[in-house]
Amino acid sequence: MSGIDDVTHLEEELPLQELPLDAWHRARGARMVGFAGYHMPIQYEGIMAEHTWTREHAGLFDVSHMGQIAFSDESDGKAVDEALEHLLPSDIKGLKPFRQRYSMLLDEEGGILDDLMVSRPGDGAFDGAAIYMVVNGATKYDDMGWMIEHLPDEVVMNHMDEQALLALQGPEAGEALAALIPETADLVFMQSGAFNWRGVPLWISRSGYTGEDGFEISVPAADVTLLADALCDLPQVKPIGLGARDSLRLEAGLPLYGHDLTPAVSTIGADLGFAIQKRRREEGGFIGHARVMKELADGPGSKRVGLKIEGRLPAREGAQIYAGGAQVGEVTSGGFAPSVGAPIAMGWVSLPHSAEGTALEIEVRGRRIAATVAPMPFVPHRYRRKA
Amino acid sequence: MSRYFTDEHEWIDVAGDIATVGITDYAQEQLGDIVFVELPAEGTTFEKGDDAAVVESVKAASDVYAPISGEVVESNSALEDEPALVNSDAEEDGWFFKLRIADASELEGLMNEAAYKKFVASL
Repeated sequence: MSGIDDVTHLEEELPLQELPLDAWHRARGARMVGFAGYHMPIQYEGIMAEHTWTREHAGLFDVSHMGQIAFSDESDGKAVDEALEHLLPSDIKGLKPFRQRYSMLLDEEGGILDDLMVSRPGDGAFDGAAIYMVVNGATKYDDMGWMIEHLPDEVVMNHMDEQALLALQGPEAGEALAALIPETADLVFMQSGAFNWRGVPLWISRSGYTGEDGFEISVPAADVTLLADALCDLPQVKPIGLGARDSLRLEAGLPLYGHDLTPAVSTIGADLGFAIQKRRREEGGFIGHARVMKELADGPGSKRVGLKIEGRLPAREGAQIYAGGAQVGEVTSGGFAPSVGAPIAMGWVSLPHSAEGTALEIEVRGRRIAATVAPMPFVPHRYRRKA
Repeated sequence: MSRYFTDEHEWIDVAGDIATVGITDYAQEQLGDIVFVELPAEGTTFEKGDDAAVVESVKAASDVYAPISGEVVESNSALEDEPALVNSDAEEDGWFFKLRIADASELEGLMNEAAYKKFVASL
């Protein structure tokens, strides 16, 4: 049968590099695959069990493949803010210390080069950098190339490849992390802070990509094994692989770069307009602004939507979406959703067919299966917001 | 009854001119949680190597090939309601389909259990 070899060659690019936790993953029984240029754990005990564990308890994800970048200048961050407002469509100047924001890099045509998180450090974290950014692993070198091209000389961009990154996600993530670092209990969604754990400096934000409450923890690579061990020694925490990370984020309605988002698609079509604050829409001054304004006025040509699928046959990336005889879109992520108990998908469909409740068909191996445009998330977000 | 194995990780039980086909325990373990199995309709005829079934795990879809030529006489309807049977009992209750064997000589090149075990150990 096919697939047995394929599974281990997902998105592989040779030669693969090792993450700081490589030996740790293998010792815990992970099945390793090539992803974003690294050997990464796709699963430990099984995708379904890991998915469910994260929804009910807390899962630890190694996301050290992602790019952690610090921006600094000699002008108290003014040059950084100015430069990043040219590169990003989001409000950077208004980003307060310890706050985090979702944003993206756009090309001249408004196509999405990457999606990312930006935050403003405080307490001197990251050597007093003005902005801390986390970008996708598979795109980080392209992102940095693009940014270098557009940054003025006075802005220094530092790729912090000596930092590892962990995500702790799930309804018990808060109590688990508080067991190690009690002060983290005060963080709310999209807030971050500098913490100290046994003398190790950590930068922790209350955020993640599973739809659950949780944290992302930047830790020196030299200390990450110790921290991962301490977290997994807690009764609430188990290590979780890439497979469950994908099914969790799909249920949460969160797009995955390189699949649901590409340079061919736009922010407004992707339903990510929330990342472009009012002042930025009005004033512009960022790469890709014309496309954003045009689509805000006229609507995008197609939209990213959720799809509920009838029956049990999953529709996967690349499956064509039809309205009657006409092809109107394509699935960009899809699979069985463990917490929904049915297959779900995310895809792009042309605007007239994108309204919630629209009945469509998806072609899977020559057969048409019924699908309905559905609101996202498929599983409600459970972020810890300010009371 | 004798059991044969292929290097595509299928097992074949032969009883008279009927062959029961499934995937091996090693294969289900590699695929992970199975959420859907698409089985051939009764009466379908296969040449050896044709796409015969599809196994969908949480992560990916994988083809199952016809290990020998023949006509489908039965598919395992239990897998429609409980695809996870392939995970829990791949080499017995999790069988996929039964073929009326077209050419028994095609069985000759296949592995026995000992040879398959050795093959898996070498992977």
